[in-house]
Amino acid sequence: MVRAEGVHKSFGSVQVLKGVDLEVAPGEVVCVIGPSGSGKSTFLRCVNHLEKIDAGRLWVDGHLVGYRERGGKLHELRDREVAAQRRDIGMVFQRFNLFPHMTALENVVEAPTGVKGLRKDAARTRGVELLERVGLGERVHNYPNQLSGGQQQRVAIARALAMEPKLMLFDEPTSALDPELVGEVLDVMRELAESGMTMVVVTHEMGFAREVGDTVVFMDDGVVVEAGDPRRVLTDPQHPRTRAFLSKVL
Amino acid sequence: MAAEAPDTTARPAPPEQIRAVPVRHPGRWIAAAVIAVLAAMFVHMLVTNPVFQWDFMLDNMFSPPVLRGARTALVMTVLAMVLGVLLGVVLAVMRLSTNPVVSGAAWAYIWFFRAVPRYVLLFFIANLGALYATYELGIPFDRQLMGLFGFEGDWRFLGFDGNQIFTGFFAGLLGLALSEGAYMAEIVRAGIQSVDPGQAEAAHALGMSRGRTMRRVVLPQAMRVIIPPTGNETIAMLKDTSLLIAVPVTTELNFQLRAIGARTFQIIPMAVASILWYLALTSLLMIGQYFLERRFSRGFGARETRAQRAARRAADVGGSH
Repeated sequence: MVRAEGVHKSFGSVQVLKGVDLEVAPGEVVCVIGPSGSGKSTFLRCVNHLEKIDAGRLWVDGHLVGYRERGGKLHELRDREVAAQRRDIGMVFQRFNLFPHMTALENVVEAPTGVKGLRKDAARTRGVELLERVGLGERVHNYPNQLSGGQQQRVAIARALAMEPKLMLFDEPTSALDPELVGEVLDVMRELAESGMTMVVVTHEMGFAREVGDTVVFMDDGVVVEAGDPRRVLTDPQHPRTRAFLSKVL
Repeated sequence: MAAEAPDTTARPAPPEQIRAVPVRHPGRWIAAAVIAVLAAMFVHMLVTNPVFQWDFMLDNMFSPPVLRGARTALVMTVLAMVLGVLLGVVLAVMRLSTNPVVSGAAWAYIWFFRAVPRYVLLFFIANLGALYATYELGIPFDRQLMGLFGFEGDWRFLGFDGNQIFTGFFAGLLGLALSEGAYMAEIVRAGIQSVDPGQAEAAHALGMSRGRTMRRVVLPQAMRVIIPPTGNETIAMLKDTSLLIAVPVTTELNFQLRAIGARTFQIIPMAVASILWYLALTSLLMIGQYFLERRFSRGFGARETRAQRAARRAADVGGSH
């Protein structure tokens, strides 16, 4: 579903990604862990072209992200083509980024009607179903500022799911939440993983990575240091950097 | 100590209410007295000074040409603001462009039209007829281009007489709208930049195009920042319609009132009538501004929905505070 080969990314003179190689199979749940500043979030943002990569190749569902290869040369995709690629990739942000001027339901319905051209009533029916699925059937007409952090993040997940993505990206979805609200968001994500969704989750929740992740990827200093079965990576890390990191967080 | 456990279910009796002697503010009393005297003097002047000619003023401030003038002022305000806002949005988006020519052009426009006083600008536009006798639409540099290939003639398909179009209402509207565009551009830009970049990112991640993101996500939120200063701009615009005397626009309110004053030598009554008219019209616009601001603060905590407000009131009444 996702294939990254030698992905590089710099911001000015700061090199954030120094050759990331990663493969995500359909239906796989990959949890990316690592210290802050290791490039986890940047890599995730590259996957749906919120950041442009400087070198390497990145494919989602067999398509090069953000570029087209023609005659041995890369051509940047037009805005509209990039937007079309992103339709199949859902993203959930650390700070929710719900649209504050729309109710929960309007947030969920906005892209299906505006981008996919779904009919309003069909989109609303589907939107209510999705909000019920994340446990917010009672809150469809509330504005984001009337919801708790955990509820907002669940609306954000429903909003991403409304586009029926093939791949879901989570960028530290629980890091901005009060501790007692983390569980409700992780429950929704666990349920989503069990339904067979392909997911890449940047997280600090080691428990979630162990229980739900099919693969854990440890990133440090812009590269993938170690990847594999979560039980093995988290309990018996091979690389000293992984060991050092885990000794601090576990 | 085996004291009884405090009964947490019953509220303790409230302690005796404090009845302290309040602090006296003699300075404030003196200020209030001075203001009261000044106000009395002012009213006395209004009533006793015969120059005001209140009857004459009331007879004339609602005459048909004055009413038409008030209508012109309002119509001009609305049209100039609509055009100014549209122009401002375009300029703001240009200003934020990464292309230096596009953003530079917007910068130059804003610089020019904010620097030139409206009165001077209106006077200049009213006299554009002297710059070119006719204004035509066509292919740029058409004569030079045709000359290059050895032909004579031009490629122009629409022409106006400069002395006819740059007069009256149209010249006034053009001047005010062009000037307003520059101010609105800065207001809209500040509004767009006030929106969290995460909002546009979330919209892009959902597959929304740039244009749709701007229309559906960024601008509605920018409105919250844009509306209050735009209300002020509208009120300023209404007052600036009095500058149309530079064109001149003869159907305009201030022009009409002044004309009556000049014709009858009753300058003061008609000047006061002018003041009262603008006061009334401005107050009207302020009411509109209030409702617009309320509409665009949706979802920003300033306002609750009607149902929630009712629920909270019910809870307040039931509660103890």
